Amino acid sequence: MSQTPLEATPRHTDAGTTIALSGDIDGGARDTLDAAYAAVAGDDPVLLDFTNVGYINSTGIALIVGVLARARAQARPVSACGLSEHYREIFEITRLSDFMTILADGPLPAADRNGGAR
Amino acid sequence: MIHHTIRRVMLRRPQATETPAAIETLAALPAEAATEPGLQIAPTDPIVPYFQSAPGAVELRQLELDSPALEQMRAQGITMVVPLVTQGELIGLLNLGPRLSDQEYSPDDRRLLESLAAQVAPAVKVGQLVREQEVEVRARERLEQELEVARLIQQNFLPKQLPELPGWRVAAYYRPARTVGGDFYDFIELPGGLIGLVVGDVTDKGVPAAMVMAATRSVLRAAAQRLLEPGTVLQRINETLCSEIPPNMFVTCLYGVLDPATGLLRYANAGHNLPIVQSGGDVSELRATGMPLGLMPGMSYEEKEATLAPGSSVLLYSDGLTEAHDPDREMFGTGRVRERLAAGRVADELISDLLAQLDRFTGSDSEQEDDITLVALHRSGGDSEMVPVLEFSLASAEGNEREAMLRVGEVAAASGMAPARLERLKTAVAEATMNAMEHGNGFDADLAVDIAVARSDASLRVRITDHGGGREIPSAETPDLEAKLEGTQSPRGWGLFLISNMVDEVHTESDGHRHTLELVTHLKGDGETDEPDPA
Repeated sequence: MSQTPLEATPRHTDAGTTIALSGDIDGGARDTLDAAYAAVAGDDPVLLDFTNVGYINSTGIALIVGVLARARAQARPVSACGLSEHYREIFEITRLSDFMTILADGPLPAADRNGGAR
Repeated sequence: MIHHTIRRVMLRRPQATETPAAIETLAALPAEAATEPGLQIAPTDPIVPYFQSAPGAVELRQLELDSPALEQMRAQGITMVVPLVTQGELIGLLNLGPRLSDQEYSPDDRRLLESLAAQVAPAVKVGQLVREQEVEVRARERLEQELEVARLIQQNFLPKQLPELPGWRVAAYYRPARTVGGDFYDFIELPGGLIGLVVGDVTDKGVPAAMVMAATRSVLRAAAQRLLEPGTVLQRINETLCSEIPPNMFVTCLYGVLDPATGLLRYANAGHNLPIVQSGGDVSELRATGMPLGLMPGMSYEEKEATLAPGSSVLLYSDGLTEAHDPDREMFGTGRVRERLAAGRVADELISDLLAQLDRFTGSDSEQEDDITLVALHRSGGDSEMVPVLEFSLASAEGNEREAMLRVGEVAAASGMAPARLERLKTAVAEATMNAMEHGNGFDADLAVDIAVARSDASLRVRITDHGGGREIPSAETPDLEAKLEGTQSPRGWGLFLISNMVDEVHTESDGHRHTLELVTHLKGDGETDEPDPA
């Protein structure tokens, strides 16, 4: 399993600000994550999209704690989507889920997407 | 010691070239005085301090002391004494009779004698020291010889080989203390394929203990063949020993009869350490009451039984293990022993693991206090039987934790591990490997992290070993997320917490050079569901 450097794509949509993450969140992701968060400065809600994240380690957890801490300081709501069952469990065990809303599925609110498919 | 250090200096008859005064005076001694054994002076005799502080030669005629030694010297015809003093210590006397010419000793004579005494005293002292040392060396050699005899007796009576029991792993270990205690163990082949298991300890040390040990073993072997009940066997030995061993000695002894085919162990205990059993992950002690052997006749011994199911282990041991002390005088105790059994160590692995723990506990340069005897049996099979499936080493370089995760993951998947458990195990392996490379090996690329995977029908065990030396692996604490979010605490520190939440069991061990973190994950959760367990 080779390392996949993290890519972070910040974008603004009508639903709010999204940072789409792709790759691994480990020690090497620090600068990318910092830059992406700096690029979406503001106080609107921010959504972290983990759909294309393959691996998160304890250093990666610490980086996410760092992002959460900055958002909290600005009273900016943070939510997360696209987490696998495994990482959703880790977010619960680490209690990250107490400080960010974990959405059930992809970047759009689940109800909307399901509605669109019908 | 005063009678060693104060004695008359016997001079052989001098040659003609030597000082005339000395020749004269010595020749003047009565013949019997010259051959008499050294004069013994009691340490309390007032003449001792007198000689010690005398500035030079002392004429006995002028002395007025209530001294038995003085009387004795006068009776031997001694008229003048030159104390031999070196470094303020009176180590001998140069005794002279009257001059042949019947004249007084002249001032010149006295000066000569005093200068002679000043030169002789240090030489005599050296001679005395050498002699004392020789006596000490001889005593030590005698003691060593005795210990060697005790060791030989003991070794001669210990089993030469381990019994071969189909379906069982048997291991035994005996290490005498320098002073050789009276530990022993034995395996006795009994009719019907049964096997007698013995571990005992004789009070006292050295040759006497070894003799009693040898006697006990012989009586036990004879009784065991005729009487199958362990309690009756101990009762019989007790009667024999009571009449045959010294009243201040006794023997503690655990005797069990094992049926290897069924795992049934019947046992009785004469005041010996309780055997420890591991069965299905539970650890317990086998308790049966009974007085030590050889103390009082007419004793009876409670007899009990236990069944060692496949996968179970039993450890018989002596107090040399549990009563070993660390430098702070804390005892090793049974808790640490139980822990190793609970960690799934069996047979020879259990013994080497216990010895490594013990050496680390007592400190490597401490002298072993008492004999150590360990006998471990493990019944193969059962769902706890671990079979090695994969071993590999990784250099300590960031990123290699992924290889560990991948390779262990493949084995775990092939073992049929439920997918959610598999993902958790992979995370734990990656975190533990990362810790081993970073904290254990300091990212030194020359230091490897060794990973060993074993599996049973029920679980997978991953052992991750680094070169972290005396580093204690801290216990996992729940990180304070609020403090981390407020920035009053580092956002890091999730590794151990994650590991402990990702697997069913975490064990750590260290031999002082290497650290091992052991992760155990059951292949299936409760009811074989694939749902994540609540944390």
